[in-house]
Amino acid sequence: MREILDFISQPWPWYVAGPLIALVMFSLLLFGNNFGISTNLRTMCTILGAGKHCELFDFNWRNQIWNLVFAAGLVIGGFIAHYFLTPSAEVNISQETITELQQYGIEDPGSSLVPQSLFSWESLATVRGFVMLVVGGFLIGFGTRYAGGCTSGHAISGLSNLQLPSLIAVVGFFIGGLFVTYLILPFLLTF
Amino acid sequence: MKLLKYLIVGIIFGITLAKAEVISWYRIYEMFKFQSFHMYGVIGSAVVLGVIFVQIIKRYKLKSIDGKPIHIYPKQRSVPRYLYGGIIFGIGWAMTGACPGPLFILLGNGIGVILVVIGAALLGTYTYGLLRNKLPH
Repeated sequence: MREILDFISQPWPWYVAGPLIALVMFSLLLFGNNFGISTNLRTMCTILGAGKHCELFDFNWRNQIWNLVFAAGLVIGGFIAHYFLTPSAEVNISQETITELQQYGIEDPGSSLVPQSLFSWESLATVRGFVMLVVGGFLIGFGTRYAGGCTSGHAISGLSNLQLPSLIAVVGFFIGGLFVTYLILPFLLTF
Repeated sequence: MKLLKYLIVGIIFGITLAKAEVISWYRIYEMFKFQSFHMYGVIGSAVVLGVIFVQIIKRYKLKSIDGKPIHIYPKQRSVPRYLYGGIIFGIGWAMTGACPGPLFILLGNGIGVILVVIGAALLGTYTYGLLRNKLPH
């Protein structure tokens, strides 16, 4: 048992994670549903009462309970991975990435799951933290609903079904992501 | 009991993305800088296998466990909606280093401030709902 735990406590390579993601999508299809996590954000808005004055949220959210349960599983899975299966917080990013982020003033890049100076409550009061976490979060919610899906719905499910709209969405993901990473983050991280 | 299977699959998905470091801000930065193959390997192998699974479902007309034909909803044909929406999401993805799945997984990892990001994402979703009729689709 100890050996098994030690074995799965190592970082998982891409050729383990990718096929498992495909299996998760396949399971949800076999259960009679579709893989798409951003839909939960819409469902949560409905539960909070947004359907009273906005038609996008006026639907029977009980049909989406399975997806909320799936999201609850994500939280539990993250908890299990963090507290039982991850002895070292280190993230194995490339040396090139480490050197570059050090130049932007990030301390010990890759020594923890996320940059701690950024993902803290104090950071919300800074321009950098507010833009990256609050504005960034807002754009995730706005953009996924506008595009009708996120990485799970478009990049995995949609591309697996060879859907052109999903390919357009994924190209969009990269236009937005590259724009921010190359042109905005160098300023924002050193702000 | 009906819902338990979703919880289990969700837990497996959460552990997978956490253990493959997909939920790390650093990995997303590294991906957008093309400094590692890791993320491309994860998404690429998921899609290749996903295409095979979907082809099997279609070819053998597999039924779901409740006996209904499996239906993958085709998306409506359009460009602006996917392009503009995609770009806006991509900006948020690169800033927070997280897409919606990892937001929930990071919460389980004890990153408390992610609650604020989830709250902001709910506000963004709601705002889209209010503006939907004024946006090009």
